Amino acid sequence: MATGATSIWATARLVAAKDLRVERRSRVVVNQVLPFAALVMVLFAFALDADAVLERTAPGLVWLGTIFSLLIVVQRSFAIETADGALDALRVAGVSPPGIFLGKSIALAVQLFVLEVLLVLLAIVLYESELDAAGAVLLVTTLVPATTGLAFVGTLYGGLAAGTRGRETLLPLLLFPVVAPVLIGATRATEAALGAGGAATDEGWPWVGMLVIFAALFGVGGTLAFGPLVEE
Amino acid sequence: MEPAVASSGPVVELDDAVAVLGRFPALAGVTMTVERGEIVLLRGPNGAGKTTLLRLCAGLLPLARGSGSVVGCDLRTQRDAIRSRVGLLGHSNGLYHDLTVRENVQFWGATVGASTDEIQSSLERMGLAARLADVAVGRLSAGQKRRTALACLVARRAQLWLLDEPHAGLDAAGRDELDRTLHAAVAAGATVMVASHELERAGGLATRIVDVVGGQAGVPRPDSDGGPT
Amino acid sequence: MASSSASGSTATNSSTTGRTRGAGTGTTFTRWLGIVTIALMAAVVLFGLVLSPADVVQGESVRILYVHVGTVWVAYLAFIVTAVSSGAYLWRRTHSLTWDRIAGASAEIGVLFMAVTLLTGSLWGRLSWGTFWVWDARVTTTAFLFITYVGYLAVRGLGGSHEQRARRSAVVALLAVIEIPLVHFSVKLWRSVHQDASVAGRTTDVTLDGLMLFTLVLATVAFTLLYVWYVLHRQRVMAMEDALDDKGLDLALAERRREAQDATSTTGEVTN
Repeated sequence: MATGATSIWATARLVAAKDLRVERRSRVVVNQVLPFAALVMVLFAFALDADAVLERTAPGLVWLGTIFSLLIVVQRSFAIETADGALDALRVAGVSPPGIFLGKSIALAVQLFVLEVLLVLLAIVLYESELDAAGAVLLVTTLVPATTGLAFVGTLYGGLAAGTRGRETLLPLLLFPVVAPVLIGATRATEAALGAGGAATDEGWPWVGMLVIFAALFGVGGTLAFGPLVEE
Repeated sequence: MEPAVASSGPVVELDDAVAVLGRFPALAGVTMTVERGEIVLLRGPNGAGKTTLLRLCAGLLPLARGSGSVVGCDLRTQRDAIRSRVGLLGHSNGLYHDLTVRENVQFWGATVGASTDEIQSSLERMGLAARLADVAVGRLSAGQKRRTALACLVARRAQLWLLDEPHAGLDAAGRDELDRTLHAAVAAGATVMVASHELERAGGLATRIVDVVGGQAGVPRPDSDGGPT
Repeated sequence: MASSSASGSTATNSSTTGRTRGAGTGTTFTRWLGIVTIALMAAVVLFGLVLSPADVVQGESVRILYVHVGTVWVAYLAFIVTAVSSGAYLWRRTHSLTWDRIAGASAEIGVLFMAVTLLTGSLWGRLSWGTFWVWDARVTTTAFLFITYVGYLAVRGLGGSHEQRARRSAVVALLAVIEIPLVHFSVKLWRSVHQDASVAGRTTDVTLDGLMLFTLVLATVAFTLLYVWYVLHRQRVMAMEDALDDKGLDLALAERRREAQDATSTTGEVTN
């Protein structure tokens, strides 16, 4: 309140800038998560041997790769906070939980976005997917709400699991059911964008709407819920 | 008791406060009062509850039983308000190891809206302004990390300072800087609670000593009466 | 532990008989409820397996539906109760842990019934549609509800104080209220795009004659009463567990205080 009442948005900017700076210094996502995601894409190709199958399933594989990577990025995001008791320090500093939630979500979204772009490019290279201009517009429009939604739920459940016993196993149990709508929606929209399986581009737009609703609901829900979830 | 922010009353007031870690009552009914401007040394064996007492006063732990207030805010209902007014240096430093000393102090200062000047002077006060300022915290020695954490605390301008073994790992110069810092903070109107094993050092600093044993706080000097139990 | 019998004041006031069990979780009401439930269950077995006829189209497999419909109704009811109780815990200024216990008890039983639902559903599906599983929005949502509430129970088991458990799990339960409709909606939209010969095409309509309809209603009522009976008992058991924790805290506190007395009696005072 009185002591330099920084607003939620100022806090969010501060936290997001801090997280991105930590990533810029440590390069954990760039040096470890991106290669992991690329490796997953290659492993998919090994598992699903036929070219035709890969071309058809490329959108789903992109988003599966994203969701597996999401788990790792979220765990990394909260490992930064718990390694030296910074999460406690944030609480003692009276930093507003909604600000922390939004800030960490923004940083997570930026990292995920880079990751997704890489995965799409890999799909085009490895799986011979094709992208035309209208598809590119749809794809970018899909990436934004899908990434935002994933970042919100990732931060929300990552915060809940942070510092608990068995967080490595609890997080996927909580996170994966929740991200199912994003997996479905983003995959269908990407199918339309890439024309995989003969999907037309305009089939993708209803899915973008669904992704926007998802991101909006979990953005509001997460902002309200994050404080009670991380509180002792 | 008093609902609003009272700057006149005691800074810490605990009445039979119980705090639980898991199922273990780390604090088994602490009754104590700390007035504004005091430097209180908490001393006691390992596991006596000193750390828990500091964390309770920081608003980090819920009060399981009893009542209490810190900086005029109720420990049950106004923990959020307490937190922004106190500073805690716990066992862990709360630093980001990939960031530099300056960036850490800037971040923690910014959480309370500290100015660039204030951040610079915090660095200077802990002797970090020169060579070390742009070194990543992960590369520092334990004592240097402790100094950095103290600089973050200085930048936070807390009303109540809660320090858990602040001397540990510091060299002689660092200890002198810490002592001067605490005196300066008290002179500026702050109150300090220190948990320490290093009685020679901390004892000279303290205006009062409180013994913590078995999750309870007693007063060693028989000024008026002994333990209220 | 067993020293004084005045433990959970909420649970021990079962004044009447109670056979050899002393202070249990039963009250006169729940005993009668239990008797009625058992009687109704017996009637369900009788009507479901013996008195009601086999379906014209589906044959004997229709009898699975008496269990399936009853349990799926209870499962959804249980999750609604969990969500509402969680909301009540967070909303009310009273902040009663009773709401939390009802939410937890209801979710536990909901998960159990949901498992039965999925099992009977897939068995019935195999017999009627020739497949254990269909990617139908309702079926998929039900499966996700099941997994989500398994996660909810995991969150309840994380530890911490009673209040922390209650607050965390209540928030997770309310987040599930956001999640489940989205899952349903997305699966529905997904399947409507792929209009292949799925469930929609086939005739699964059961023409229920009077006795079959009666059996279905009877089963639903019986399972609902079973649910209520379970929740009442489970919630009381939880209250007793919480009371036992508090009791344990009293003992631990006494022990901790003795620690202090021992220490002060042995050490000489050294003042500065």
